[in-house]
Amino acid sequence: MKNLENLVSEAVILIDRAENATELEQIKVRYVGKEGELTKLLRGLGELPQTDRPVMGNLINQAKKSLDEALARRKKIIEEKEMIAQLEGDTLDVTLPGRGLGMGSLHPVSQVLMRIESLFHSIGFAVASGPEIETDFYNFTALNIPENHPARAMHDTFYVDSMYLLRTHTSPVQIRYMKNHQPPLKAIAPGRVYRCDSDVTHTPMFHQVEGLWVDEYVNFSALKGILMDFMQKFFEREDLPVRFRPSFFPFTEPSAEMDIGCVMCDGKGCRVCSNTGWLEVLGCGMVHPNVLKYGGIDTEKYTAMAFGLGVERLAMLRYGVNDLRLFFDNDLRFLEQFN
Amino acid sequence: MRFSENWLRTFVNPPHSSDELAHALTMAGLEVESVEPVAPPFDKVIVAEVVSVQKHPDADRLNVCQVDIGTADNKLIQVVCGAPNVEVGVKVPCALIGAHLPGIVIKQSKLRGVESFGMLCSAKELGLSENAEGLLLLPKDAPNSMNFREFYALDDQIFTLKLTPNRADCLGILGVAREVAAITAIDFVPPEIEPAKSEISDTVTVYIDKPEVCPLYCGRVIREVSLAVATPLWMAQRLERGGIRTINVVVDVLNYVMLETGQPMHAFDLAKIGSVQAGKLWVRYAKKDECLELLNGQKLELQPDMLVIANEDEPLALAGIMGGIQSGVQLETTDLFLESAFFSPEVISGKSFRLGFSSDSAHRFERGVNFAATRDALERATNLILSICGGKAGPITEVKNRLPSRDVVKVRLERIKRLLGIDVESGQISEIFERLRFSFFVNDDVFHVTPPPYRFDLVIEEDFIEEVARIYGYDHIPASLPRPMMSMLPESEVIDLPSTRLKHILISRDYREVINYAFVDANWELDFANNDSPVVLKNPIASQMSVMRSSLIGGLIANLQFNLNRKQTRVRIFEIGCCFMNNESNYQQTENIAGLCYGDAAPEQWGQPARNIDFFDVKMDLESLFWPEQVRFEKFIHPALHPGKSAQVYKNDKIAGWLGELHPRLQRKYDLPRSAILFELHIDSLSTRTLPKVKRLSKFPPVRRDIAIVVANHISTQMLLESINTEKAAIISEIHLFDVYSGKGMEFGKKSLAFRILLQDTEKTLVDKEIDEAISELIGILESKFNAKLRG
Repeated sequence: MKNLENLVSEAVILIDRAENATELEQIKVRYVGKEGELTKLLRGLGELPQTDRPVMGNLINQAKKSLDEALARRKKIIEEKEMIAQLEGDTLDVTLPGRGLGMGSLHPVSQVLMRIESLFHSIGFAVASGPEIETDFYNFTALNIPENHPARAMHDTFYVDSMYLLRTHTSPVQIRYMKNHQPPLKAIAPGRVYRCDSDVTHTPMFHQVEGLWVDEYVNFSALKGILMDFMQKFFEREDLPVRFRPSFFPFTEPSAEMDIGCVMCDGKGCRVCSNTGWLEVLGCGMVHPNVLKYGGIDTEKYTAMAFGLGVERLAMLRYGVNDLRLFFDNDLRFLEQFN
Repeated sequence: MRFSENWLRTFVNPPHSSDELAHALTMAGLEVESVEPVAPPFDKVIVAEVVSVQKHPDADRLNVCQVDIGTADNKLIQVVCGAPNVEVGVKVPCALIGAHLPGIVIKQSKLRGVESFGMLCSAKELGLSENAEGLLLLPKDAPNSMNFREFYALDDQIFTLKLTPNRADCLGILGVAREVAAITAIDFVPPEIEPAKSEISDTVTVYIDKPEVCPLYCGRVIREVSLAVATPLWMAQRLERGGIRTINVVVDVLNYVMLETGQPMHAFDLAKIGSVQAGKLWVRYAKKDECLELLNGQKLELQPDMLVIANEDEPLALAGIMGGIQSGVQLETTDLFLESAFFSPEVISGKSFRLGFSSDSAHRFERGVNFAATRDALERATNLILSICGGKAGPITEVKNRLPSRDVVKVRLERIKRLLGIDVESGQISEIFERLRFSFFVNDDVFHVTPPPYRFDLVIEEDFIEEVARIYGYDHIPASLPRPMMSMLPESEVIDLPSTRLKHILISRDYREVINYAFVDANWELDFANNDSPVVLKNPIASQMSVMRSSLIGGLIANLQFNLNRKQTRVRIFEIGCCFMNNESNYQQTENIAGLCYGDAAPEQWGQPARNIDFFDVKMDLESLFWPEQVRFEKFIHPALHPGKSAQVYKNDKIAGWLGELHPRLQRKYDLPRSAILFELHIDSLSTRTLPKVKRLSKFPPVRRDIAIVVANHISTQMLLESINTEKAAIISEIHLFDVYSGKGMEFGKKSLAFRILLQDTEKTLVDKEIDEAISELIGILESKFNAKLRG
C-alpha cells in the first residue's frame, strides 16, 4: 500500500503549501472530490479480493480522514491569514474627531450656585426664591434698615418707582420665607441682585446666596461651625483656615464678616488677597430680633442665623477667573471652559 | 478714618507692634484697611542750613552751596544743588555721604568738576510726596543737625480704618483709643480738658426752633485772633496723616479737634453774623426760596427739611453739614464765633447724599456724635486757638434741651450663653463691660447696662451680646456642628422642578449657558418683544440699560453679535432669567428660558456635510425639554419672527412660549450674515409634569405597514396625526411619519406624507384580515377627513 501512503503524504504537503482558499479547493477536488484520487481508490475497492477489502477500506478511510483534517486545519489557517490581510486594509484613523453635535457648557456662576445648593441641601436647607423687583419695605425696612439709614446709601439702589426697587441683596427672601413657613426652618435663597455701581470690581448685576436657619438652639457657635464646614467643603480643603470678624449689618446682631485663608497663595500673601493672606467671602450673623419680628417669629422661643455670600467672588476664586466682567461678556471662548 | 499711629499712642500705648495692633483692631470689628509708613526707609538725613549759594562755573542750573550741618567745629560742607528754590538761609533736609534714600545711595561726587559732599532733598526724593518742585523747605526754627526723621516725626504709620456705620464713636482718635484700651485690656483715662479763660463778655444769643433736632448747642465768641500765623508743624502733620488738607489755622484747629474728639465744629466770622454788639443766631429749618452758597462753592436752593444756622436775615450754614461761604473765616478775619453742637442723626441723615457730596461733619453727625463731649470740644478748640493765634475768648453760650435718651438695657447671662453658644460666667461679663467702660449693675445674672453717650448702636440686648462677643473674641467662640436633622426634605417629581434639569438637557444638546444683565436697551424691547411700555428704571447706570427686559432674546442677540465679532461662526446659547412686565397694579415677574442657534447645525467636521441650522433642529431641542410630555405647535405671528417660520408652543392647551426664525428685517438691522433660530418658553410650563404611568408591553411581535398619502399642502401634519390617533383602530399601536415630499412629480399644492404604522395586540398574534381592516379604516379616515389619496 505504498501507493496510498505516498498519495497521502504528497497530498498533505500540497495542502500545507496551499496559499489560499481556491488552491485548497483544487487540492480537495484532486484528492477527495468526486473524481479525486482517493475517491477513485475507494471506488476501486470492489475490484479487490473480498478478504482484502475490509483492511484496504479501513486504510483508505483513515487516509481520507487525515486528508479532511489536514484540509480543515489548513482552511482555518488560510482563513485566519485572509482575515488578517483583510483587517490590515480595514483600519480607521482612530484619532479623527468624533462626529455629530458637540457638548455645551454651564455658566460658571450656575455651576457654583449648584454646588452651593447641593452642599446646603445635604444638611437639610431648602431652596427659596423671591422677586427681583422688590418693595422698599422688604428690601430695607423689614431688614431693620429704616429710611435715611446710612446703610441705604451704601446700597446704591436702582429704583423703579417710589415703592419698588431692584433688590440690592437676597436678604428680603428671608422675610418672605419666614412669613410663609412655620419654624423651625432652614433655607437658602440664591438669585440675582442689583446695585447701581460699575467698575473693575463691580457689575451692576451679580448673584448672591442668602442663608437662613431658625430653630430653638441656633447660636453663634453653630453659625461658625456650619460656615466653616461649608467653605472647607466648597474648596475641598479640610484645612482651609477661616476667621470671623465683628462687623455690622442692620439685619444681624451680632454680625460677622467671614474670611478664608487666601486660596490663591495659601495665605502667603498675593495680589488677590492684597497681601493679607485673607479673603473676605461672606457676611453673617444672628438674625436681628426686629427682623425676626417682621418675619412673625417668636424671638424668645427661637434664635436664628443668616448669611449672605457673593457667588461671582467664589466662582473667581474657585476657577481662577481674574476679571469679574468676564462673567457677563458671554464670550464663547470663556464659557466653553466650563461644564 | 485715617490717623497717625504715634498720635494714637500718645493716648493709649499697648505693647503691641503696629501689625499686632492692626490685627487686634480688625478682629474686634474695626477693620484696618491698611497700615502705611509715613515715609519710606532712609537714613543719614539731617536738618541743614544753606549758608551761601554761588553759581556753578560750568552749569547754568546748578549752584554750589555751603551748608551748615551743625558740626561742633562749625565746619560747613559743600553741596552742589540743582533746585531752583535754594537760597541763603533756608533750612532743608540734607542727605550726607553714605545716606540711603529711596532708590539711591549718596556718595561723594563731582558735578561738572565741582565736588559735592551730600544732597539737599526735595519731598519727592525722600519719598514723602509723589511730586514736589524744589527743595523741601523746613521751618526757620528747625535745629541744625537734627535727624530729619525725628524732626519730621517720620517713624510713624498711617492707620486706615474701614469703619462700619454703627461705629461713629471711632471717628475720633479718642474713641479709637478707648476701643484699643478695651481690646487690649489696658488702662485709659481720657485727657482732662481745662476750661478756657474768658476775658471778654461778648456773646451771641442762639435761638433753637426745634430742640429735638438740635438738643445741644454751644458757642462762644473769640476776638482779636490772628489767622496769619502758620499752623504748627505737629498739627499739620497729624491732619495730613489723618487725610485732612490744611486750610487756615482756625479751620485747621477745628479739624484737628474733630479728628481728636469726633466732634465736628464750625467757625463763623463774627462780623458776618450781624450786629457786633448783640449777635443773634437761629437754628431752624430752611424757608421756602431760601438759598445758600456753601464753602465748596455749591449753590443750594434750600429745602424745608434742611436745618440751617441763620442770622436775622438769611441762612449762614447748612447745620451739621457745611458752612456757607459768606460767613466763613478768611485770612483777614479777627473775630470768631465758634460752634460745637449736637444735631440729631435723623435731621442730618441722607441730606449730603441727596446733595451729591460728603463732608466730614455730615458723616459724623448722621452716624451719631458723643453729646457728652460737645462742650469739652469747644473748650479744647478755644485753648488751641488762643495758644496758637492769640485772642480773647468770651463765655460759652449753651442751649440745652432733651438729649437722646440712654435707657437701661437688661442683658441676661443666660441669653448671652444661648445666643453665642459659649459657657461664660457672670464675672467674665462684668470684666468685659468694665473694659468697655459701660456703667452697669448686676442683679441675679441680669446685667443692667446704660449705653454710653457716644454709642448710638447699643439699644437692645443683642447689641450688648455682640459687645461681649467682640471683646471675648470671635476667635474664642468654638465652631460647632449642630445635632443632625433626620427628617428628609420633600422633593417633588411633579411640581416645582428645578431649572437645573433644563440646563443639563440643553448642555448635552450643545448649548452654552449665558447670563445677561436684566436691564436692557429700550429698543430691544420694541424690536424683540414689541413692548413699548417696559418697566423703566428711575436711575439707570447707562441709557442702553434703562429698562427691565420682558424677553431674554435681546441679550442673546447681543451675545451673538459679540461672538460673531470675535470670529465665531456657530453660536448656540441659552439663558434662564427673570422677565418683567408692567401690569396695571404691579410688576409681573416671570422666569423664562430662551435659546438661540446660529450657523451650522453641527460643528464644522470631516464626517458630515455642513448645513445651516433650521427650525426643525431647534424644535427637537425644545421638545426634548418637555420630553416625554408632548407639546403642540401652532402657526404664529410675532413681530420679531419670520411670519412663515414661527410657531407658538402649547402645553395642555396653555401657551408655553414660542419658536421661530428671526425676522429677516431684524437680521438685517442687527447685521447678522445668517438667520438665527430662537425660542423662548415660560419656566412655569416646564416646572411641572405628570408622573409616568407605564403601559403594558406586548409579548407578541408588532406588524409594520407603510402607507404614503397625498394631501393638500395646507393640511398640518399635527392636525392630521391628532385626528387619526384619536380615531384609529385599537390594534394600531403607533403611527410615525417618516417621509415628507413635495416638488417634482407631485401635483402643485400637494405633498406626500409617508407613515410607518405598527400594529400589535397585547393578547394574541394578529391575523392578516384584522391588519388589512385596520389599515383600510385608517385610509378611509384620511380620505374622508383630509381628502387624502393613497399614493400609487
